[in-house]
Amino acid sequence: MRFLSRKIRDKSSLFWMVISLVILLLMPILLAVGLYLKSLPILQEQSFWDLLTESDWKPMQGKFGFLPFITSSLWVTFLSIIIATPVCILTAIYLTQYAKKRVLAIMQPIIDILAGLPSVIYGVWGVLIVVPFISKTVAPFFGLQTSGYTILAGAIVLSIMVIPFILNILIEVFRTIPEELTEASLSVGATKWETIKYVLLKKAFPGIISATGLGVARAFGETIAVLMVVGNVVKVPTSVFDSGYPLPALIANNYGEMLSIPMYDSALMLAALILFGIVLLFNFLSRMAIIRSEKNQ
Amino acid sequence: MKSKIDIKNLNLFIGKQQILKNVNVQIPENKITIILGPSGCGKTTLLKSLNRLTDLYEDVKVSGEIIIDNEDILHSNQDVTAIRKKMGLLAQRPYPLPMSIFKNVAYGIRISDSENKKTIPQRVEYHLKQVNLWDEVKDRLHSPASRLSIGQQQRLCLARGLAVDPEIILADEPTSALDPISSQAIEQKFIELKEQYTVVMVTHILRQARRIADYVIFMYLGEVVECGTAEEFFSNPKEERTKAYLKGAFN
Ligand SMILES: Nc1ncnc2c1ncn2[C@@H]1O[C@H](COP(=O)(O)OP(=O)(O)OP(=O)(O)O)[C@@H](O)[C@H]1O
Ligand SMILES: [Mg+2]
Repeated sequence: MRFLSRKIRDKSSLFWMVISLVILLLMPILLAVGLYLKSLPILQEQSFWDLLTESDWKPMQGKFGFLPFITSSLWVTFLSIIIATPVCILTAIYLTQYAKKRVLAIMQPIIDILAGLPSVIYGVWGVLIVVPFISKTVAPFFGLQTSGYTILAGAIVLSIMVIPFILNILIEVFRTIPEELTEASLSVGATKWETIKYVLLKKAFPGIISATGLGVARAFGETIAVLMVVGNVVKVPTSVFDSGYPLPALIANNYGEMLSIPMYDSALMLAALILFGIVLLFNFLSRMAIIRSEKNQ
Repeated sequence: MKSKIDIKNLNLFIGKQQILKNVNVQIPENKITIILGPSGCGKTTLLKSLNRLTDLYEDVKVSGEIIIDNEDILHSNQDVTAIRKKMGLLAQRPYPLPMSIFKNVAYGIRISDSENKKTIPQRVEYHLKQVNLWDEVKDRLHSPASRLSIGQQQRLCLARGLAVDPEIILADEPTSALDPISSQAIEQKFIELKEQYTVVMVTHILRQARRIADYVIFMYLGEVVECGTAEEFFSNPKEERTKAYLKGAFN
């Protein structure tokens, strides 16, 4: 009896595990299909390519050019990653290779807290500190005038947001490199810095790519904090001191309003689908890069 | 018997724990010295203090002298990289650097001897031949070292260490991850290498020690209990703890 009931429980828990897994796998597919169906109306009326490459956004006239939003998103994301990645690599190297173990033990919960802060807090910080700093100090330094609500502000806020996230992964990456590899390099007469440069960074490379890739995906989708500081002006940005209007901000600011305008609803769904597609593409590319670099080690 | 390494009153603490207790031994030149002892007795620590890899430990305090070629390497003002280059290190498992077979061997040469770039291919070939790996890898020198078998990797690591022209080879259970045939290849290599190098090797395998040792150091709980020539040590051990160890009491 006992045996039988245990066996049944065993079977039923397996059943639930499989169900959860299937739901998990289905979610992104359902999401994509849902978004696609919702954006069908606009896709049937206008060519997808035109929508991607046009920069006119006049919903009242039925003009939906996504280029300003896509380029704003790309600018903000890449700029933030360019700021965040070197900072994270250097910090991770310092914490794992130079600092005492205690320092790392103290830093880790702090990093976790930073990673868990609600993004609206970063947004407020951006409005209070970064935006004025850019309008009063950075822009005048280059002889420019801006309100401070710029691509640069968005990128700085975003980079601060993704740093704890990327840093956490990188610390793990460097920590799991076996000590013996360092010893092997030192014992043929390399200095510590040579060891880091030629051996550890090389060994960590796939991990660095994967951390950066995850950082990009995260930065690309981040909404509130960026929306608060980029200015939300529909225009293809040409410099970091221009305002921008990233895709997530477009959706968050407008969904649910003015849905009486024909195609507007469908256009916003398409924006979400594009966002989804780009994040997916980045994930795929970074995965490819990881596999390639792992093969070459 | 000329001694190559002279260890005097070596004490090593990690935090408050004393890992090495007043170690006094001499390691003879051009011989194979085997360090024996139960797990955790400080064999690896002793080996690593010889090329100052113990510097990497946190909260480590070392006192005493380790004299190599009339120089106390613990208190020398010589660059630590120069001291380390004198010794090739072979670890318990092979750790090839994340690069090609060729670059693994060339790594140390490139770092320490940047003038003679032209001779690097010859030197790589020479050292790969020295460890009997050349024939197996000559057609894929530029593929990643991690694709070699474990036994090949261990020989590659030996070649990497030999490439910077050390005088001493330090090996920490170098065959423990290897199959019997690869182990034998390494043992055989050590017997050949002692013509030119001083070999210090840690092992757990008594039979291996009997096969290749010229000189034996037996450690127990951070102390050197007994040391002497292999013949003397195995046929006529003096200390009770040595006798017990040789009977297998600690394993
Ligand atoms: N980095 C370290 N920090 C603190 N204690 C250490 C460290 N490395 C070694 N020890 C301690 O030093 C003692 C000796 O360790 P060691 O690795 O030298 O032993 P061993 O003789 O090589 O053992 P084994 O045969 O298992 O390899 C052990 O008690 C170990 O716990
Ligand atoms: Mg050991």
